[in-house]
Amino acid sequence: MHRLLGQGYARRKLVNGVMLGLSGAAAAIAILILALILGYTLFRGISYLNLDFLTQAAKPVGESGGGMRNEIFGTLILVGLGSLFALPVGLLAGIFLSEYAGPKVAATVRFMADILAGVPSIVVGVFIYAIMVRPMHSYSALSGGVALAIIMVPVIARTAEESLRLVPNTMREAALALGITRWRAVIGVIIPGAMTGIVTGIMLGVARIAGETAPLLFTALGSQFGVQGLLKPIGALPLQIYHYALSPYKSEQQQAWAGAFLLVILVLGISILVRWVSNRKRM
Amino acid sequence: MEEKINLMTQNLFKDGSMNKPVPDGTKANKGILDVQSLSAWYGKTLAIRNISLNIQTQSITAIIGPSGCGKSTFIRCLNRMHEVSHGGRTEGCIMLDGKDIYGRDTDPVVIRRRIGMVFQKPAPFPTMTIFDNVASGLKLTKFWSRRWELEEVVERSLRQAALWDEVKDKLNQSGASLSGGQQQRLCIARAIAIEPEIILLDEPCSALDPASTLKIEDLMRSLVSEYTIVIVTHNMQQAARVSDMACFFLMDQDKAGILIEYGTTSQLFTNPKDKRTEDYITGRFG
Repeated sequence: MHRLLGQGYARRKLVNGVMLGLSGAAAAIAILILALILGYTLFRGISYLNLDFLTQAAKPVGESGGGMRNEIFGTLILVGLGSLFALPVGLLAGIFLSEYAGPKVAATVRFMADILAGVPSIVVGVFIYAIMVRPMHSYSALSGGVALAIIMVPVIARTAEESLRLVPNTMREAALALGITRWRAVIGVIIPGAMTGIVTGIMLGVARIAGETAPLLFTALGSQFGVQGLLKPIGALPLQIYHYALSPYKSEQQQAWAGAFLLVILVLGISILVRWVSNRKRM
Repeated sequence: MEEKINLMTQNLFKDGSMNKPVPDGTKANKGILDVQSLSAWYGKTLAIRNISLNIQTQSITAIIGPSGCGKSTFIRCLNRMHEVSHGGRTEGCIMLDGKDIYGRDTDPVVIRRRIGMVFQKPAPFPTMTIFDNVASGLKLTKFWSRRWELEEVVERSLRQAALWDEVKDKLNQSGASLSGGQQQRLCIARAIAIEPEIILLDEPCSALDPASTLKIEDLMRSLVSEYTIVIVTHNMQQAARVSDMACFFLMDQDKAGILIEYGTTSQLFTNPKDKRTEDYITGRFG
């Protein structure tokens, strides 16, 4: 045997094999868990999903049928509101980080954004409850939208920054050398170059807030009366799933499964769309 | 010595031996760049030291010298692009038609419209069509332009950049679809579309093959009747071929760029005054 292979070679080879096996197994478990969650939700949910579920309002306990039309609509409104508030703030913050801020300021703001992204969403809910719901004396779609926006802003800001940074500096210099102001260069040259990344970030943000429940508990609250306006409580898919899943009634539990199915499909669809958009860039 | 050179070059231009005919004289006295004791830093590192030179209008001035001697830094100072670099800072002044471009009330954006620039690496905007690339300077500095106005400017600029015949049928294709040499001419077209008085070229041919290089050189010769051109080049043959005036840069003991010699190209290449210039152009170093 070669002298370098002598001492402890067999042991090292064994350890190497074991570690490789362990990390492979861990990866398999992670994928398995995802498959189980998706599979089980889809399996349980799909049998209760029907046209009534999508087109009818919830019925009182004891009556059969009914659906989550109002909650689906409510989720759309809440996500729409959240995006409406978060988009300009997140995008401008991303532009500031990538194009205007000096290295020190950028590092500080980036750190803050990362902390904001890490704040537990229930805390965001309580915060909005304190500063919006209490003073306005009402739970409302508006406060739900603001809570979701707070969660969405750092996601958009960071992805926008990352993708703006990917635009080569030669483009910035070429634009400035044409006598174009910084801002017009950002709008006309830099943002178009980073568009796929920015769109990806926005969709990731939407996927993130579409499934949030905690920030809506004390803000949007949920509503038995459908959509009544932005200043009134409003239902949302994840909220309704939360309530129905804890319900003792079989029919409501079934609806919770169908709702979960719908939510998973929604988020999964957005994720696939993100992959598609970001892959297209490379071609 | 500097005064002597200025005197000499002025005489040269007066007797017409080097000067090109000026069609109507409208631009004859515009775009005069007078650099006065210019120094530039990157953070705390001095990149060029105390450079003074007077750039002639409607001529091609070549800046030659070994790598790292501050040629690019110098040319980037001429349209205030140096300050865009991280830590970029200058001292001294550059008079454009008698007004300091580093003056307090001078907007760098306005300076860059009057002094255009083409970079080493062809950099067409990849998200834009060929047409939009050429029109970009106009489109992004105005709020609104008429299509026919843009069409006129785009065709004129592309013709001037000797690119029109090659791209006239594919103006709506992406600028990135062109070859390297075509991309560089596209960038020149983009620069002249905003009608600057001076065009700065920072090693415009170093990424190009010989055939494309020749085209760009021909292009420079045809543009010089209307524009003042300053070109940084590694390539001494190129400087000798295209330029009217030449200056030679070198690093001093602190690795800061200094101006060694400035004169007409024929004088600098055939009868250099400074020993170091002679050593460089005869290939003894660099």
